[in-house]
Formats: sequence, structure tokens, C-alpha cells
Amino acid sequence: MMTITEKILAAHCGKKEVVPGELVNARLDLVLANDITAPISIKEYRAAGAKKVFDPERIALIPDHFAPNKDIASAEQCAMLRQFSREHDLSLYFEVGRMGIEHALLPEQGIVVPGDVVIGADSHTCTYGGLGAFSTGVGSTDVAAAMITGEAWFKVPETMKFIYQGKIGKWIGGKDIILRTIGDIGVDGARYRAMEFTGEVIRKLPMAGRLTICNMAIEAGGKNGIIEPDEITEKYVSKRARRKYKFYKSDKKATYADVREYDLTGMEPQIACPHLPENVKPVSELRAINIDQSVVGSCTNGRIEDMREAAKVIRGHKVHPYVRMIVIPATQAIYKQCIKEGLVDVFIDAGAAFSTPTCGPCLGGHMGILAAGERAVATTNRNFVGRMGHPKSEVYLSSPAIAAASAVLGRIGRPEELM
Amino acid sequence: MKFNGNAWKFGADVDTDAIVPARYLNTSDPKELAKHCMEDSTTPDFMKKMKPGDIIVAEKNFGCGSSREHAPIAIKAAGVSCVIAKSFARIFYRNCFNMGLPIFESAEAVDGIKEGDQIEVDADHGVIRNLTTRKEFKATPVPAFMQELIAAGGLMAYTKKKAGL
Repeated sequence: MMTITEKILAAHCGKKEVVPGELVNARLDLVLANDITAPISIKEYRAAGAKKVFDPERIALIPDHFAPNKDIASAEQCAMLRQFSREHDLSLYFEVGRMGIEHALLPEQGIVVPGDVVIGADSHTCTYGGLGAFSTGVGSTDVAAAMITGEAWFKVPETMKFIYQGKIGKWIGGKDIILRTIGDIGVDGARYRAMEFTGEVIRKLPMAGRLTICNMAIEAGGKNGIIEPDEITEKYVSKRARRKYKFYKSDKKATYADVREYDLTGMEPQIACPHLPENVKPVSELRAINIDQSVVGSCTNGRIEDMREAAKVIRGHKVHPYVRMIVIPATQAIYKQCIKEGLVDVFIDAGAAFSTPTCGPCLGGHMGILAAGERAVATTNRNFVGRMGHPKSEVYLSSPAIAAASAVLGRIGRPEELM
Repeated sequence: MKFNGNAWKFGADVDTDAIVPARYLNTSDPKELAKHCMEDSTTPDFMKKMKPGDIIVAEKNFGCGSSREHAPIAIKAAGVSCVIAKSFARIFYRNCFNMGLPIFESAEAVDGIKEGDQIEVDADHGVIRNLTTRKEFKATPVPAFMQELIAAGGLMAYTKKKAGL
């Protein structure tokens, strides 16, 4: 009797069964790194005297954090990825103009698929659990070793099961659900564990919301987040997958370290206050908080559904005179779709900036850094001290609907206040 | 191996952005990263005050957040000899073994150490001694496979052997 996480790991180390705590050496379907983390991996790879990667079709190097190059030092880092990719004939290097934020791009392009085991030198690699894959963030050295061997060692994690019931409100989505959960268990509530999300709310949730939920599993300390694939997954994956995929499901009698149930009926939009993702409050308690900036984007909420949600709220309104609103679609395909659907017009008419894909402001890189004393509402994933700029700035994490409504109001607020 | 230094105390959930802010990640040069070690933490002038060999002592979930190996690299290059915490975030823990920053888990030691106390750590036996208060603590044993990794000289040395490089 195994969970979906255990089944995927077992299948990738040639075993019939694995149990939590067991160390396994698993075959990897994809290895990922970005312009911040890959340079260290490349240095380690070269220092080891390696000449050949395990498979040039299964290593994704994506310059997305400080790209398009924000300064000379960043340009040098991106150049390392480019050069390494050319030397090794890597098929999954994505140049500016074709690239996107890694965790939005790879599912969108069908490069990660259900049943995969994926490691990435980026903590939000756990996003692909939304497709029913086992994926987890690691450091650069793990990626260096994996580029050589195509394998990585794992301690099979215990699984925590999260069941969501009830009828969610109009502006409630994946972000509110995961923030509610992190607020409940804390930033180390799932440390070393798999987080399996299920229940009637999840079964009805579109793929974008599922990816958002699994994306932030790391914010609870989780090793991976995962959702059983179903018809919604099939519909999303069938037209994109570049490889064969497999649906794994948890056995009914699988063992869980913890089972937590939530009734989401009547739940308000959730917001994580500075300076930890666990400081979660309902929006109604924060209506006195003025803001200087609103950011819609990132690997957490930069998909087309997020763009539509923000545009729907802001259509016909103006961004508050004291607020800068910055909208960043996560990939080129999403960017293009925004143009096609007229969303770019909506944002620009409202007085918002609309940018090429980048992680940019989420980690205080570029494209929207905060000054001392400034405050942002952002659809990103972390609100640590200094995360978006000056150590004396503040970040409130929210859904796209709340970020858009707050941009108009000049303070934290909800879409209903604009109607 | 033994480490000896004064303790610098930090609270719970010290994230990797506090250890080395992302705004400095346009380089992976250890010396550059070390300049900004703990800059966004509760001790922003850590680099001005610490001495080589000193020890970071923190509450639960040290190193949470991003997967950046730049965090343990910055701590090591800063001259910190080791980190003692009640618990470590998963990726940070894994990174430390891979790149060779010694870390020790012990809730009792963290509770029994004050800022500035002189600490000695016997890494081979997992023993932490507070020389100021003359108290001794035991660190949680390192899993067998991690010990194998350390013995091999870290993940890359282990991988080289495995791949015949």
C-alpha cells in the first residue's frame, strides 16, 4: 500500500515497494537549473573532469532570474549557461525571447509530465507535483552530479494528506488554499515530508491552481507537493506532452503521517503578512494597509489564468496614483495570449507596467525593487526580510485578484470593493 | 575534527535570503558572497563582528526558503566553522553535506548556549561542549549514507568514483 509519491519513487529505482525513511537512488527524467544556480553546477561539473552529460535531451538550463541580463555580472552568469548548453548540445536551453519562468515554462511546453521524477536547483521545482510528478528542489552540487549520472539519492518522505471540502467563493483559488494551509502548519510544518493535496475542492480545481498549490509546498518546508492526476490533468497534458506519461494514484489504504481536513466554505481571500509565509490573515483584517507597489507574476501566479483574473478585476479602473502596478506574464506563450485576449490593453489602460517574462522582482533582482519603508502586495511566494528589495521594505503575498484590487484601492482590499 | 569558537545566536526560521540576500546572487564567488553573510538577518553587521572559527547557533528550521547553495558557501567562506541548530530546512541540510559545511542538530545545545559563549565541537563524536558553562551536549547522529558521503569527500568526489572519472 503506497502513496503516489512512494509509487513514483519506487518505479524510478526499480523496486516494487519503498517505505518512508528508505534511501533510494532514483533515475531522473529531467534535471533543471537557472542562471543563479547553474553556474555553480557547471563549475562543479567541470572540476570533476566530466565531459559528457547523461542525456542532452533531459537537462534544462533556463536563464530566468536575472534575465534579460540585469547587469554585467548577471550577463556573465547567463553566458555560462549559454556556452555550456552549446558545448553539450543541450536541447532544453531557452534563450531570452523564447524563455519563460522555469516552473511555468516546463509544464506549459510538456517537458515535464505526470509520473516523472525531476530535480531542479531551484526550491520551487516542487511545482510539477500539480501534474502528478515527483519533483523537488536541490542545490547546485546535486544538479552537477545528476548531470553526470542522471540519478539522485532521496530519502523516501513520509506523506501528509490535506483534504479540502466545501464550496469556495468567487475570487478564491489555489493561492488562497495554499496560504491557508501554510498559515495552519507553519513554515516547517511539512519539513522533509511529501504534501498530498486532495478533496472535492482540488478535484474541481483547474491545472493553474494546482500548480500554484504545489509550487508553495516548499514554503511549508515540504520535500514535494503532489496532486493525483485525473481528467483535468489528462486534458492539460495530452496536447502538450513531449514524452510518454503515466498516472500514479495513492492506494486507498496507504499510510499517512498526518491527515488534515479543511472546510473552505466561506473562506475569505488569504494574505501572508511580513516576514514569513506562515503569517496568514484574511483580507478583511488588513484593509488599513496602504501599498506602494502591486506585482502580478512569478512561478506561483504568472500563468494565463492569473493574468485573466487580474485583468477581470482591474478592467475599467485606474491604478491608484500612489501605486506602481507591474504585471509579468511567466512565459512568451502567456505574453502572446495576453495580447490576443486584449489583456495587455486592459493593464496598460489602467496604468500598469507590462513586462517580458522574468522572475525579476520576486527575489529582489530587478524590474520592481522596493525602497526602504515601501510596501508591496505581490502574487509571488516569499515575503522574507529584503526579499523584494530594501531590508526595511515589506511584502504581502496574495492572489492575483487581491493584488489587482489593491493596486486600484492603494491599500489592501478585495475585488468587491471596486464594484 | 574539532571546532572552537564563540557563539552567535539566531532565532527560528532563518531563511536563505537572510543568510545571503538574492540581490548579491549575480556572482557565485565565495569571497564576494561571504561579504554579505547574514546581512538581512537580525545581526546585519555579523561580518564586521565575527571572528574566523566562530559558530552560528540557531533555533528551528535554519536555512529555509530558496535552494541557493550560495547560502552555505557564504557561511563557510565567511570563516564560520560550523552551524548548530534545533533543526535544518531540508535543502539546506542536503547542500551542507554536498559542499562541506559542518552542521549539527541539537535542541539541548541551542538552549544551553548564550551569545558569546565559547563552544567546542568534536565533529567525529558529535559532542558539543559549552566551555563557558562547562556543559556538554550530544548532536543528533548523522544518517549512515551522509557519513559515507563525508568519508568519500563530498557528493562530487562520490560521483566521480561512481562514474569512473
